Amino acid sequence: MQASDRFNINSQLEHLQAKYVGTGHADLSRFEWAVNIQRDSYASYIGHYPMLAYFAIAENESIGRERYNFMQKMLLPCGLPPEREDD
Amino acid sequence: MADLDPEIAKTQEERRKIEAELASLTSVTFDRDLYGDNDRDSYVTSIAPNDEEDANLDANGSLVAQRLASYTAPKSILNDVARAHSEDDDGGFQPRQSIAEREGEYRNRRLNRVLSPDRVDPFAMGEKTPDPSVRTYNDHMRETAVQRQREETLRLIAKKKKEAEEAAKEQKDSAPVAKRRNRWDNVEEDGGGVAKKAKSSSDSDWDVADSAPGIGKWDATPGRAGDATPSAGRRGRNRWDETPTPGRVTDSDATPGGGVTPGATPTGVTWDATPKGGSATPTPKRQRSRWDETPATMGSATPMGGVTPNAAYTPGVTPFGGIDMATPTPSQLNLRGAMTPEQYNLARWEKDIEERNRPLSDEELDAMFPTEGYKVLDPPATYVPVRTPARKVMGTPTPMTTPGYVIPEEHRGQQFDVPQELPDGLPFMKPEDYQYFAALLNEENEEELSPDEQKERKIMKLLLKVKNGTPAQRKTALRQLTDKARELGAGPLFNKILPLLMQPTLEDQERHLLVKVIDRILYKLDELVRPFVHKILVVIEPLLIDEDYYARVEGREIISNLSKAAGLATMIAAMRPDIDNMDEYVRNTTARAFSVVASALGIPALLPFLKAVCQSKKSWQARHTGIKIVQQISILIGCAVLPHLRSLVEIIEHGLSDENQKVRTITALSLAALAEAAAPYGIESFDSVLKPLWKGIRSHRGKVLAAFLKAIGFIIPLMDAIYASYYTKEVMVILIREFQSPDEEMKKIVLKVVKQCVSTEGVEPDYIRSDILPEFFKHFWVRRMALDKRNYKQLVETTVEIANKVGVTDIVSKVVDGLKDESEPFRRMVMETIDKVITNLGASDIDSRLEELLIDAMLYAFQEQTTDETNVMLNGFGAVVNGLGQRVKPYLPQICGTIKWRLNNKSAKVRQQAADLISRIAVVMKHCGEEQLMGHLGVVLYEYLGEEYPEVLGSILGALKAIVNVIGMTKMTPPIKDLLPRLTPILKNRHEKVQENCIDLVGRIADRGAEFVPAREWMRICFELLEMLKAHKKGIRRATVNTFGYIAKAIGPQDVLATLLNNLKVQERQNRVCTTVAIAIVAETCSPFTVLPALMNEYRVPELNVQNGVLKSLSFLFEYIGEMGKDYIYAVTPLLEDALMDRDLVHRQTAASAVKHMALGVAGLGCEDALVHLLNFIWPNIFETSPHVINAVMEAIEGMRVALGAAVILNYCLQGLFHPARKVREVYWKIYNSLYIGAQDTLVAAYPVLEDEQNNVYSRPELTMFI
Repeated sequence: MQASDRFNINSQLEHLQAKYVGTGHADLSRFEWAVNIQRDSYASYIGHYPMLAYFAIAENESIGRERYNFMQKMLLPCGLPPEREDD
Repeated sequence: MADLDPEIAKTQEERRKIEAELASLTSVTFDRDLYGDNDRDSYVTSIAPNDEEDANLDANGSLVAQRLASYTAPKSILNDVARAHSEDDDGGFQPRQSIAEREGEYRNRRLNRVLSPDRVDPFAMGEKTPDPSVRTYNDHMRETAVQRQREETLRLIAKKKKEAEEAAKEQKDSAPVAKRRNRWDNVEEDGGGVAKKAKSSSDSDWDVADSAPGIGKWDATPGRAGDATPSAGRRGRNRWDETPTPGRVTDSDATPGGGVTPGATPTGVTWDATPKGGSATPTPKRQRSRWDETPATMGSATPMGGVTPNAAYTPGVTPFGGIDMATPTPSQLNLRGAMTPEQYNLARWEKDIEERNRPLSDEELDAMFPTEGYKVLDPPATYVPVRTPARKVMGTPTPMTTPGYVIPEEHRGQQFDVPQELPDGLPFMKPEDYQYFAALLNEENEEELSPDEQKERKIMKLLLKVKNGTPAQRKTALRQLTDKARELGAGPLFNKILPLLMQPTLEDQERHLLVKVIDRILYKLDELVRPFVHKILVVIEPLLIDEDYYARVEGREIISNLSKAAGLATMIAAMRPDIDNMDEYVRNTTARAFSVVASALGIPALLPFLKAVCQSKKSWQARHTGIKIVQQISILIGCAVLPHLRSLVEIIEHGLSDENQKVRTITALSLAALAEAAAPYGIESFDSVLKPLWKGIRSHRGKVLAAFLKAIGFIIPLMDAIYASYYTKEVMVILIREFQSPDEEMKKIVLKVVKQCVSTEGVEPDYIRSDILPEFFKHFWVRRMALDKRNYKQLVETTVEIANKVGVTDIVSKVVDGLKDESEPFRRMVMETIDKVITNLGASDIDSRLEELLIDAMLYAFQEQTTDETNVMLNGFGAVVNGLGQRVKPYLPQICGTIKWRLNNKSAKVRQQAADLISRIAVVMKHCGEEQLMGHLGVVLYEYLGEEYPEVLGSILGALKAIVNVIGMTKMTPPIKDLLPRLTPILKNRHEKVQENCIDLVGRIADRGAEFVPAREWMRICFELLEMLKAHKKGIRRATVNTFGYIAKAIGPQDVLATLLNNLKVQERQNRVCTTVAIAIVAETCSPFTVLPALMNEYRVPELNVQNGVLKSLSFLFEYIGEMGKDYIYAVTPLLEDALMDRDLVHRQTAASAVKHMALGVAGLGCEDALVHLLNFIWPNIFETSPHVINAVMEAIEGMRVALGAAVILNYCLQGLFHPARKVREVYWKIYNSLYIGAQDTLVAAYPVLEDEQNNVYSRPELTMFI
């Protein structure tokens, strides 16, 4: 990064955005990105009631059960992180 | 030539006659036609030619402060208030001035302080016993104690002498008068008697005692102020210890061994122990010895620990002296360190003046006059040329004793007038800097220097670059200093920086830069700064009481960073000795610094220390300072004291019954500050002090009483209604008693307390009416109160507050007669009060009798006013007329008569005010149905459009605008078709006020009554308007572009557009930008289809500015027309394609912002095909690095996200998120992030399908469910 654009609005914006959970950066791994995607997806299912209802019918579960399951899955949505190759 | 003689004789004769005549006249005569007949009033007084003495203070600084100073301590805050008025007057420009020149005596005492030697850092040493050679906290404390004892002893001696003297005098006195000395307010000072004598009687000594020490203060006694001679420092070797041989003085001071030895100076202060004022100099007036006046020489400026700047310190140059010796001309002076900076400045100035005022030589006269017709006359026999000896001496380079020819010494370092070129591209060195940076001039070989010297040299180079260099040099030097701070070492760095900050000729900018250096290196050095904490504080503390707000903020920042770097213990150890320093200045600044430490490290950390200090048994100074710290803390951090309020109050409460009266006072003031900071909460914390306070106001008098009252005044508003009412009644008895106090400070405080009490809920109007009002009006509403600005303000505020409680009628009926008072300031004060009261409460309470009185008195006051800088009368008049509304109808003819009369006045101010009044009351006139009268006024104003004073013309235009606004275009007289042509030439006027009012009026006419004026006139106006786009004021430019819109609407866009498009070719950027805005506005008002073809056609002009202008217009246009853009998007797409592919960055940038506005406008309107097409042109620009371009591109993509949906953009994004090149990934993730933040939820449906890996589930099976 050049010295001139260290303080400009764009980099400030980047810095601000980096504070949000779910945003990415150039060194993000496939796993980390997938975790974000999964969590976003579950959050979205839970947040949209019609979606929840749809899944409930499809899986023949109660809506409450579905919501609970989704929330549980948000804990480790993709399983344990793979071993880092470099360390 | 001979025939000329009689003519000349005749002329001379005539002139003599005229001169005799002139001499006989006492008045000043001059050409009235040429100079106007107003004599001296109109002269610019900014250089203060009439002032008796140049107090060497700036206009808004300390002089004002001295006069205004209340005895409340935070002088800086008071200064803020006092400055608020004058700041606007100078238009924000101030002449370059060194800080020391600007500051008053009190603040300049910072230069008296000495940078103490480094102290040992106990934390770094661990368990080791400190080496006896280093200074520890113990040493320092011991020295301070010794110093204090010495002062104490000296004071006792002086006191004894004084008493003896007085006793002798009393014995001598044949008729001894019983002298009653009022000692109540300076118990500890009156031992010295000096204070009494030196203080002028008019001086309120309230403030002197606490914050602004007069000459009479002990610490300011000239004997002690060691500035004149460079003593080794006040702490270490004091002059008192030494036998004052004249020789010592001579060799250290600035006299080159002239005939006068200090011992023999007749007016001189005796050098030995007695401070003056005692028996030594019995003269009542303080005589200043010449020695005192020598500017602080190197001794005071050079810190002890620092380097002596120049070994070849030649004594000898006093530019003031000139008594006995020949002072060399400035050009002769050897500048390398021989002169102090002040001396140099003075010499420079003097030389400049000499140069300008030197008499004309014969050659010059010959060159000026024609050769024919003049004759050189012999001077009359009686003529003796005026020769000011001093000047003569300055003019002759030889010494007076003419010692014959001496071969001038060759000196390589000698400087004539040309500043020496510095090696390595170092910046220009000011003469003041030589004493610090002289070493840089020695062109020695760097390799020969020791590593330490090299380091020092490097620091000096960098500092010089920071101080005097160009911005680029400064930036790199600053960065180097920061980066290498630890490597260069704290000691060498601070030893170089701190002396620079003590330089007496430092300017604001330089100080700012140096402070910035300190700030940066503090971060880097961290705990390494510990040994230098006190040094840094000595330099930085004065910033805390600087009059400049930003300097104060900087000072706070540094101290807060310093305390974070050094830690609480070090800070306390460094500052503890200063807490009971004898010098009030030191204590004051230390208290402020402590408050900053408290806010940086948290109050709880400091509480135990504060508690101990406030209970100090050893000295009252310590208690005083401790309590003052509490006050400063509450002022600094405001409502953040609330959590610690109780403990802070407990720490200081015992001070209310302290034996020392100053401590009692500061305690009450601190309580006031705490209550002010805590308002409206925290009354329960003050429970314990209520009783002592209320007891105190009964037992104390004078200054302490005032402080106690102030505390009560701030505590009462915190109370519940019932208690407030009770306590108010209690305190009111005392307040009413003090109404008649002659003391100004008491008056101000009483007024303030009354205001606070009255505004509290529980106080009943009836009580105020019966108990307070009569006395209040009797004592305060007197002419004298109007004379002092602060009294005036306070009285108005208090009265308005009372009016809020008791209603309009009570107050207005009491003061209304004052409008006919003969004192103008008093009338103004009355008017301001009435203005505020009626603005707050309306005029419905005013009965018809009072109304009549009011209008009558107001007209009188309005007509009688001579000066009204602040528009008090005007505002008051406007407020009353608007308050009364329709009830003012019967008086309108009279008012208008006055206005008309005054419009015709000789004085421009009066005319301006009359016109301003019309614009204030136009609305009310309309309500009263006086349209005919307004029409009449319109005609009158129209006739005055030839006004030549721009201020007045602006007001007249404003008045016309007000009338046009209320009575409308059709009823306006003169008719619009006559009015507008008269305005066209006025548009050429370059005065801002005229421009603004004129363009407003023209715009209003173009908006509402364009049809009354022929199209050709409007075109003419269009051309004038183009010029107005250059205006500096944004309001004018905005009004202008709007007017373009109105005109285009009235006469059709074609002609206006042609004018504007031509204007795109001009060079000036601001002009082009405004033109593009105007084009967009025209397009908006006249529908885009009337404008777009011509605009797009203009893009074909192969000229960068024009094309960019067109693009910019398009951008504005699509921003303004919003969803209307969907009809035009296909039309402009080819143009934008071209622009987005252009080589020129600005083309692409502007086109991108046009696309952004377009996309945002047409979101959801079915233009996705065109937008995707444009996105394909935008996308390749994502790798641009220029900040503006990339910004525009990113915004365009954001716009596209809104219009096309996040999924589309995500698909563009996916290709680069895991690109092998990091640079590419970075950009793509940036886009992804803003996409994600903008539309997180939407993305869920669009994420790519990821395959599971061995242990990890990446797929999202839920999305494949199907019923």
